[in-house]
Amino acid sequence: MADAVRELTYSQAIQEALGIAMERDERVFLMGEDIGVYGGAFQVTGDLVQRFGEERVMDTPISELGGAGVAVGAALMGRRPVYEFQFSDFASLAMEQIVNQAAKMRFMLGGKASVPLVMRFPSGSGTGAAAQHSQSLEAWFAHVPGLKVVQPSTPHDAKGMLLAAIEDPDPVMFFEHKLLYKMKGPVPEGYYTEPLHEARVRREGTDVTIAATAIMVHRALEAAELLAAQGISAEVVDLRSLRPLDHATLINSVSKTTRLICVYEGTKQLGIGAEVSAMIAESAAFDRLDAPIIRLGGADCPLPYNPELEKAAVPQVPDIVSAARRSLLVRA
Amino acid sequence: MNAVLKPAAPEAYTRLGKATLHKALRQMVLIRRFEEGAEQAYMRGLVHGTMHLSIGQEASAVGVGINLGAQDCITSTHRGHGHCIAKGAEPKYMFAEFFGKDTGYCRGRGGSMHIADVAGGNLGANGIVGGGIPIAVGAALALKQMKKPNVVVCFFGDGANNEGAFHEGLNMAAIWKLPVVFVCENNKYGMSTSTERSTAVKKIATRALAYDMPGLTIDGNSFADVAEAAHTAIERARAGGGPTLIECLTYRHRGHSKSDRNRYRTKEEIESWVERDPIELFQQDLLRHGMIEQNEVDELVKSVEKEIEDSIEFAKDSPAPDIASLTDFVYASPVAEAAHG
Repeated sequence: MADAVRELTYSQAIQEALGIAMERDERVFLMGEDIGVYGGAFQVTGDLVQRFGEERVMDTPISELGGAGVAVGAALMGRRPVYEFQFSDFASLAMEQIVNQAAKMRFMLGGKASVPLVMRFPSGSGTGAAAQHSQSLEAWFAHVPGLKVVQPSTPHDAKGMLLAAIEDPDPVMFFEHKLLYKMKGPVPEGYYTEPLHEARVRREGTDVTIAATAIMVHRALEAAELLAAQGISAEVVDLRSLRPLDHATLINSVSKTTRLICVYEGTKQLGIGAEVSAMIAESAAFDRLDAPIIRLGGADCPLPYNPELEKAAVPQVPDIVSAARRSLLVRA
Repeated sequence: MNAVLKPAAPEAYTRLGKATLHKALRQMVLIRRFEEGAEQAYMRGLVHGTMHLSIGQEASAVGVGINLGAQDCITSTHRGHGHCIAKGAEPKYMFAEFFGKDTGYCRGRGGSMHIADVAGGNLGANGIVGGGIPIAVGAALALKQMKKPNVVVCFFGDGANNEGAFHEGLNMAAIWKLPVVFVCENNKYGMSTSTERSTAVKKIATRALAYDMPGLTIDGNSFADVAEAAHTAIERARAGGGPTLIECLTYRHRGHSKSDRNRYRTKEEIESWVERDPIELFQQDLLRHGMIEQNEVDELVKSVEKEIEDSIEFAKDSPAPDIASLTDFVYASPVAEAAHG
């Protein structure tokens, strides 16, 4: 008889990955603001400080630039730091170290240096935290050669991709949508990894491809269910990684469905949807398209506080449903 | 400031001994000749881009570097050729890097501003003012985690002391008592802006007070003064005593970079510092104290000239990187990933 599938929340899955990584490799340590006895602003590190001590679960001062640089220096010396930003918005304080130093070190030094670090970014809107604590900035990082940028959407992927990120020899930017932290899902026990360069088809379909990231994967799946009731078969592709971007999975899916909608929370203009659309337009799938590509991204404004405005600022399930219907209205 | 009146040999000379002092003088001469060679190569169009010469600042690079072992580390700056040589870099690979060759320290990808030798403990020059400061702190954290007896020396200029990275880095080094020595080479100007116009304190070393670490301002053109201060700070860091901030007062004889028209300094000011050339001061002092003979100086200079000549030839004869390798080294190969551990 098979065991019941164990379920964990997204944040428990991350905490489990951090614990396993620290048990497996003494070089792994955690840094961040209030990640020790406080347990992290979103309780992701929880009680890890009790298990591993303050030297491996290090509270840092509120010094994002310095903290990021310390992680770079330690990684350069062969340690495996995992640096938690309290909110992804605060990455703006640390861009120098991430973009000029971590991302370029290997290349600039002719392949003779390695910066194996992970930066974790709680990101996204939906918590009423307003403009400086709600952004989705992952596309900034995906513009920088030398960084890897991932955005797991399920507890299973969060654990497996974090373990892979910690082992990766390059700097990995790990984006965690805050609304996912409490989401439950099946998570295998023990050690496993998930690749950092592969998209996943979450639902197969034949009429339209919905490529989505993070929380939008779940909204796309909900929309696909509603569309199915209307006789429309949507395929949902979870990008999982923005850099490297899995071209093949997207091209295959669009070649099959002949229609593409890209849904993401970051600002629509120059967001990941721009890259996905352009990539498809440059690929063999272009000839297969039966309708213009549709991007659904964040509104062209900072994230507002008012809950109704906040909701209106990012794509919701009905937006995806209507975009799919619009796409299907174009006759093949 | 007057080197002529020194009555007895400085303590640093006694501690280091003749052989090491000769090595130090040779390194200082090597740095000078290296940079003069690079400058000439630049004029002849062999160097692409710009460079920042440290001519006049050799005593601080070597006075610090002479106290470091192979396993100790440094972080450096855009004006870092001296630090690099003082940490043991070979001029031939540096010239090769300047000439953009595949045999250079960074295989022609970095140039003058990014020379590094991670294996040799040079974690890199840096194109960003203050960029190396938190990195040095992180490297020191790594050494502490690995329980190594080594230290990190973090070089930076006066300009960096007004960057946030300086304050964040010094604070973290102090709260975690890390084995790092901060060496501020105060050459009076951040590009064209003098420290009087840019910095609220008269002495940058007083900023150490804010981070509860020793801070001292020394004559950065005196090898002996630098060597002694660095020795004390490095041994303190090695023993677990935490960081120190040393401010070396010095001067760059040349402009900020190759585009500098020197409009912000007077001829008199430059001449007054050229008169206090650190190499000349050190050499005369060693002769006066009988630590070196004139013929040994002559021989040393001759061997440096030969090394520079050979190094330039090596660099000129080296192959350029293959254009097809343009995007190599952006990421580690999957093979390297599999080899992890």
